[in-house]
Amino acid sequence: MIVDTQYVRFDSLSLDCGATLSPVDVAYETYGRLNESRTNAILILHAFSGDAHAAGLSRTDGKPGWWDNMIGPGKAFDTERYFVICSNVLGGCRGTTGPSSINPATGRPYGLSFPVITISDMVRLQKKLVDHLGIERLLSVCGGSMGGMQALEWAVAYPEMVVSAIPIATTARSSAQQIAFNEVGRQAIMADPDWNGGDYYDRQPPARGLAVARMIGHITFMSDESMRVKFGRRLRQKEEFGFDFSVDFEVESYLRYRGSQFVNRFDANSYLYLTKAMDYFDLTNGTGSLAEAFRNVKARFLVISFTSDWLYPSYQSLEIVNALRALNRDVAYCEIPSNYGHDAFLVDIAEQSEIIRGFLASTYRMVSSS
Amino acid sequence: MSDSGDTRRRGFVREILGRSDYAIISEWIEPGSRVLDLGCGDGELLAWLAENKAVEARGIEIDARKVQRAIARGVSVYHGDIDQGLTDYPDGSFDYVILSQTLQETRRPLHVLREMLRVGRHAIVAFPNYGHWSVRLSLLLRGRAPVTRCFPYQWYDSPNIHFLTVKDFQTLAREQGWTVEREIFLSGRYSGRLLANLLAEVAVFLLRR
Repeated sequence: MIVDTQYVRFDSLSLDCGATLSPVDVAYETYGRLNESRTNAILILHAFSGDAHAAGLSRTDGKPGWWDNMIGPGKAFDTERYFVICSNVLGGCRGTTGPSSINPATGRPYGLSFPVITISDMVRLQKKLVDHLGIERLLSVCGGSMGGMQALEWAVAYPEMVVSAIPIATTARSSAQQIAFNEVGRQAIMADPDWNGGDYYDRQPPARGLAVARMIGHITFMSDESMRVKFGRRLRQKEEFGFDFSVDFEVESYLRYRGSQFVNRFDANSYLYLTKAMDYFDLTNGTGSLAEAFRNVKARFLVISFTSDWLYPSYQSLEIVNALRALNRDVAYCEIPSNYGHDAFLVDIAEQSEIIRGFLASTYRMVSSS
Repeated sequence: MSDSGDTRRRGFVREILGRSDYAIISEWIEPGSRVLDLGCGDGELLAWLAENKAVEARGIEIDARKVQRAIARGVSVYHGDIDQGLTDYPDGSFDYVILSQTLQETRRPLHVLREMLRVGRHAIVAFPNYGHWSVRLSLLLRGRAPVTRCFPYQWYDSPNIHFLTVKDFQTLAREQGWTVEREIFLSGRYSGRLLANLLAEVAVFLLRR
């Protein structure tokens, strides 16, 4: 499946912070076909470092999508049955307007003059895209991690439009620990002299700071066990310690590699803006009552967590599930056994595929028979 | 519980009830009602009820693999423990709450039963009868923890931690002031009321507060 990223421009988007962005571009891809009654559309919401290229092979570089193991003919999100949409988030750096985009007022990249955005701003922009595609109701909204936050926000913000929601390895409100890791990443970027107050687009970007931020991120995405299995204490291309500060261990080599790779495809300012949006995310708006937040929700839910995910632990999924159960909503929940930590929703997909496939099929049956 | 024990027990339930556990429950459950099945396994009964009685089906199951199979067949199951799993449901959320063959495995059976009657208008409880003659005879003659058709486990690998008889359950219902709306006693393929506490292998009760 060769796919093209498409683009659409909207005149303006008003934001939670009070500012208005204008214009706003959205990069998106679609897979499969919208049926005649327009009841088979599924919106996939990417996580922090994802993009619109969720499935298939990119026409430009031939790379597979970030969830290509889940989306495609015969896969969990079966593109022979469903019409699947994925767009890059607001504030991102992969085609949708973000801090690296040109500010029409100055003719230069926004940098830190880009307004601070929220998860609900992202969702409001996705709503424009869905309207643009002529879709009135989404069979499902689904995403992991930051994508799960958007799925929850969708179900709450547009209850009439969302038939089902599948939040995976996510939370209804960021915890102190999650905010703390995000802050460490931001500090690493801002401590890099090349960051230059966010103004670096015509010069050397803060590659070292961004790489360190990504290294921290990768540690939080794995589990103690997955790191032990993958790296152990193995040395990197040497038999003995180097007695210096070059790479000794495999794990160091891996983190440095992932850090340096990330710099090529991600904008440091987007890192700041997207992590801030996650930090601000609290579906209860500070009231603490999730049941209140979910009161008008109409969607049925499938909530998934993973046993070894310590960044988005299962108790956060259970908060969501229990609030929905307290309202007698239709909610299925499974904590999938996995050793892959938070990464599990991207890599450990056999069981996840099975339950999503069944959940979507039964939801589609309900929609088709009603 | 061990896999083999589980298979044995499931095999046994099929053998003794055939389709009749579905038949009994189906007969008792009104079409279109809201049903919660505790320890629902892979959701077979719930899927059947959703298909044949158009019920709104929910389940609770502790085994991840079974939860996945249940969700895969379209049943909304909550992955959790029935000893605590009912707390979040508001009063009267369901028309029927089913507890089939697992009462004797719960840590706090009275608490579970009270919770069932809080969240449900009716409770359906099926359990193996520890008062069955084969159990009594086994203990009396062999002097060992009974291993019978209904209790097929050695004492050291049994999931059962609270044994009860038909009479125990009836006494409890009376003490708690619950109304027994229906009761059915099964032995092999037969059902009957005669000397139930001695002859029934499995008892099924329909209760309300």
